[in-house]
Amino acid sequence: MSGIFAPGTPVRVRDDWPETRGPVHIRTPHYLRGKPGTVVRRLGTFPNPEDLAFARPAAERPLYHVAFAQDAVWPDGRSGDTLLVELYDHWLELDEHRQEPGP
Amino acid sequence: MTTLLETDGEKLLVALRTVLEAKGIATAQEIAERIAVTDAGSPAQGARMVARAWVDPAYRAQMLQDGAAAAEALGITMRGAPPLGVLENTPTLHNVVVCTLCSCYPRAVLGYPPFWFKSAAYRARAVRDPRGLLSEWGTVLAETVRVQVVDSTADYRWMVLPMRPAGTDGWSEEKLAGIVREGDMIGVTVPAAA
Repeated sequence: MSGIFAPGTPVRVRDDWPETRGPVHIRTPHYLRGKPGTVVRRLGTFPNPEDLAFARPAAERPLYHVAFAQDAVWPDGRSGDTLLVELYDHWLELDEHRQEPGP
Repeated sequence: MTTLLETDGEKLLVALRTVLEAKGIATAQEIAERIAVTDAGSPAQGARMVARAWVDPAYRAQMLQDGAAAAEALGITMRGAPPLGVLENTPTLHNVVVCTLCSCYPRAVLGYPPFWFKSAAYRARAVRDPRGLLSEWGTVLAETVRVQVVDSTADYRWMVLPMRPAGTDGWSEEKLAGIVREGDMIGVTVPAAA
């Protein structure tokens, strides 16, 4: 969990698999779980779709555009190419140990 | 007992409309308005925005800042639509949009997604092998161009602002809009002056 991530912040997507624990609706693609990325911009706040999908009260959560290096996501990803993905703050962890600049 | 899937579609629709009206959720007029808005969405709308951005730097800046406001400025109804983000292609960056989780698509400005946009093959390959996928569309990019795959996962909808092709100097906005295809605004193709 997090505070507010500024653009340029190195983050890591939580390596969590709630679909193994019961019915869920998740907007975080499985191929990004546990992967390192870099916050590009904050997109605003939206009611958490994971609750909306089950008609539960949905708190507003910050949504970020996060960039990933293709070669950090796929074994044969092309160096220099990137992915840009919308992710909610509760799926992001500060990646304090990463020194290298992100994409 | 008849299951929902076996029920006659027309009867089900009438029943649903009746209940929506009876419960005060949506009137027949509101539903008709929403259908009209949905039907108005088409790639021609997005193409108008692209052409305006090519001839008007202030409009281009607005479009990149707030796509929905830029759409509204051209008379495209965005009420009730998700926020629209616009990503610009440059000589060093090429964007291609996919929704790996489902079929998120900027319908207000591009209409219904093409069938292949929702296919498992496109969704899987766009993130995994974007250059291979683009080459099959005939879109071959220079080694110096960074490919950025935009996975549309959540509450925004994304469209691509392609680069204005060479050989279009002096063209009218209308003529420019005529060469912008839906694939150019998804990012699988790039417009040409042909």
